[in-house]
Order: sequence, then C-alpha cells, then structure tokens
Amino acid sequence: MNLKFPIYMDYHATTPVDPRVIETMLPYFNDKFGNAASRSHSYGWTAEEAVNVARERIAALIGAKNPKEIVFTSGATESDNVAIKGVAEFYKEKGNHIITTQIEHKAVLDTCKRLEKEGYEVTYLSVGPDGLVDPDDVKKAITDKTILVSVMLANNEVGTVQPIAEIGKITRERGVLLHSDAVQGIGKVPFDVESFNVDLASITAHKMYGPKGVGALYVRRSKPRVRITAQMDGGGHEFGMRSGTLNVPGIVGFGKAAEIMKEEGPAEAARLLGLRNRLLAGLEKNLDAIKVNGHPDKRLPGNLNVSFSFVEGEALMMAIKDIACSSGSACTSASLEPSYVLHAMGIGDDIAHSSIRFGLGRWTTEEEVDFAVDLVSTKVKKLRDMSPLYEMHKEGIDLASVQWAAH
Amino acid sequence: MAYSEKLIEHYENPRNVGTLDKNDDDVGTGLVGAPACGDVMRLQIKVSDEGVIEDAKFKTFGCGSAIASSSLATEWLKGKTIDQADTIKNSMIAEELNLPPVKIHCSVLAEDAIKSAIADYRAKQAAKRAMK
Repeated sequence: MNLKFPIYMDYHATTPVDPRVIETMLPYFNDKFGNAASRSHSYGWTAEEAVNVARERIAALIGAKNPKEIVFTSGATESDNVAIKGVAEFYKEKGNHIITTQIEHKAVLDTCKRLEKEGYEVTYLSVGPDGLVDPDDVKKAITDKTILVSVMLANNEVGTVQPIAEIGKITRERGVLLHSDAVQGIGKVPFDVESFNVDLASITAHKMYGPKGVGALYVRRSKPRVRITAQMDGGGHEFGMRSGTLNVPGIVGFGKAAEIMKEEGPAEAARLLGLRNRLLAGLEKNLDAIKVNGHPDKRLPGNLNVSFSFVEGEALMMAIKDIACSSGSACTSASLEPSYVLHAMGIGDDIAHSSIRFGLGRWTTEEEVDFAVDLVSTKVKKLRDMSPLYEMHKEGIDLASVQWAAH
Repeated sequence: MAYSEKLIEHYENPRNVGTLDKNDDDVGTGLVGAPACGDVMRLQIKVSDEGVIEDAKFKTFGCGSAIASSSLATEWLKGKTIDQADTIKNSMIAEELNLPPVKIHCSVLAEDAIKSAIADYRAKQAAKRAMK
C-alpha cells in the first residue's frame, strides 16, 4: 500500500492545483510580471495577452461565444455578489423580484437576504427530496416584477445537478435573466451558456484544479445584452464591471485549468463515476441502514453524500480521521445547526446528523476508495455497537414513535 | 476542533459500553436526549443491596464529546453509593475532559443521564417496597 494520509476526499471544498497549471503560472510572478492594464510597454502587453488567452479558454469551456463575456473576479463569492446585486441595481426600474432556491450557496442566499432588506422581494423555491428544483415552480413564481432567476448548476453538499437548460427555456421565454452559480459543476457535468440560455454564470478556479483567489463571472453580451452595475469602483477594469488590477498569474492558471478541464473533463467524469459507484457498492455491501442523500443519477460524478443511520457524523469523522471529508452534522458547523441543504430537502435532522460527504477528484485512486470502504465500514460498526439507537432499531422499536426529550 | 488528550482517549477506548437488563429491579436506566438534536445517551447502573453501584454501562449516539462524557460518567459511577453518584455535576465532567464551550451540553446530558438512571432505580425500589 502506498497511501498518503489523510486521504483527501473533500474535492468539493477545494482542489489541489494541477502541476501543469502551476508550471503555466510561474513565469507570471517574475519574468512576465506586468500589469495587464499597462498600455505603454511590452510588460503590460504580455500580461494582457496572457489574460486574453485565459479568457478564451474559459469562454470555450462554458460555451461562451465572446471571450469578452468573461469578467475576472476574486472568486465565486464575488461573482455571485456582483451578478445578483449588479442586476438588481441596474434593472430596479424594471422590477424588484428575484427567484432563487433554498439550497443555494450562502454567497447567493446571503446576497439575496441583503437585497430583501433593501426592499427587493425574493422567492426561495423549495426542492424535492432528491434536491431537484422543479422548473414548473420557477415558471409559476415568475411575475411581471421578476428580473432575475438564480439557480445553481450543482449543489455543493449533495451534488444534485439542476435542470438548468429547462429553466433557461422558461426564463428566456419570459424575458427574465438567468444566473447560475456553476462552481461545482463546471467541466464535470454538461454546461453550455448558449444552449442552456444562461445569462450570467459564476465560476471559480480552485474547484477545478486552479489556484485560489481567482474566479470569473460570465456576463452575456448579446441576445440579450446583460447589464450590471459594478459593485467595485476604480479604474474601470474588466469592461467597467470589476475594477482592480488583474491577478495575472491566477488568471493564467485559471485559463490553463479550464483548458485541461475541457480536454479531460468528460473522461475524468467517467472515471470518477466508476470510483463513486465502487465506494457506494462497498459501503452497501458491508453496512445496513445507509441512505444516499440527493438524486441517485443527476449528481456530480465525484459526489457521494451518505447518511449512516444511528451514528453521529462528527463522531464518525473523528473515527475516520485518516480520510479528509466533511459532514452535514450540526456538531461540525460553527452554528450548531445541521445542514440547511438537507433540511430543505425534507430530510430529518437525525439523518442530517448522520451524513458524511465524500468528494472524489482528479487524484483519487481505487486503492484510496477501497481503504475508505474498509475504514468507514469498521468504524460505523464500532459506533453502532455503542449506539442505543441501533440497539433499539435491532429490537424492532420504531424510533419515530419514541417520546424523546428534546434539549 | 481541538480536543483534549483525555477526551480523545475516552472516545477511542470507551469504558463500559454495553447493556444491562433493564427489567432487573437492581438496574436503573436513564435514556436522555433526542436523535434530532444529534445526541442520545443511555446510561445504566446496577446497584447492590448495600446501595453501592457495582456496575455501570452506557450506549451513546452522539459526537466524540458525548461519547467521552458518558464513558467518563460510567467510570466515576462504579463503586460510588447512590447518594455519592447524585452529587456528580456536569461541570466536573466538563472540567475533567476540558470540553470546548460549544460541547458543554454533552456534559449536561451526561449529568441528566446519571440523574435519570438514579431516579429510575429509586422508583423501582419504591415500587418493590410497596409490593411487600
């Protein structure tokens, strides 16, 4: 066995930078250090040229027709903020209603909450037990005041992939803009801004084997031409939508990561799906009473969110500390609240407390998956042996019928 | 979260995991907490005719702190009289395991479990005397 501990299975949180990406970035820290906004010498031109290559590569990855539709930011949180606040501000004469979902990333939800305080109306659509948004619900929620619909491409916790193309058909027909936080899904599941009718999309480099601290916002330039009010004032960089000197090495790395993703993404997705199936099959073979959270098929290939009933998530993570993963358990969050995503899916708090999210990625191996299956199975059994709930379950007691003293 | 060595030691090698016969007159059982809250503790004591706790067992669904708190509680209970056991406070458990502030509720639950087991034992004994 040649395993490096802890085994990284948290690829939804972040990814290591691909060595090919690092290599591409390096010259832009010293030899080619110019400011992409410097128009008077070759240092600046070289940097600008490199940024434009990155723009083209990222545009190609998401199917954007014009590289100028890619606006570089500091990451997806900023992209979400600029997209939603920028649209809300620019189109406020047209309407004040925004539609989103209950399972969005906090960068979307908290931005919407801020806008509510400023007088905007926000509809937070519920999702099904599999985490799917019903396009029909989007259709019904649109009013003549609606200016924007924001639905994520894939959920970061349960990996459910949303029917963006169907939603895009509706928003285009109704003349409402569509934003998608596409961070988790880019390069892993099909996404094409043209055929999906997406008008704005947030993406980030560090979830696709690029560096942290650089992201992008796709802003459609034609049919329709989307306008946003800049949220950062300054030198008017990025076509006036995002001032601030460009992070050239980061952008170069982002571009390289996008190029690799475009070439290798489909094959990688197939490989990860195989590994995920292997992980789940192994766990199901060894353990009873486990439940996959999220849609069985419409999900990110590298995502497995699974609840081990009668075992608490944080205790399990302590027991499997040779694997770096995460849990929807309240005990692992600063707020002491279980996952709001699982809650929105109608999953009981007891199941949420027992959930573990495995995120597989580019360097996950079969050997690592097999190690995880063995370790998790052993530790779940050990913890169940000390769980009063598992004992009651085995005795045939319906835990839902017990009068628990909530505390 | 950074846990004390003692807590991790109890979590990794929990003492007295198991089940006593809850129908035995000499056994008191406390079941506290709720699955939806993320922790359920079942603590059992077996009391001798002299009123001394001769055995204690637990099973806990909960985080590492909850498991360690209940493990420590059973260790402390063994050999104590019922009255001595009644004086165990959550603060003593929290201090011994150096629980972080967000985990204090685990020690509260352990104290509740002790109190609940003692109450169950006393109720059984009272019922037994009433039968005589």
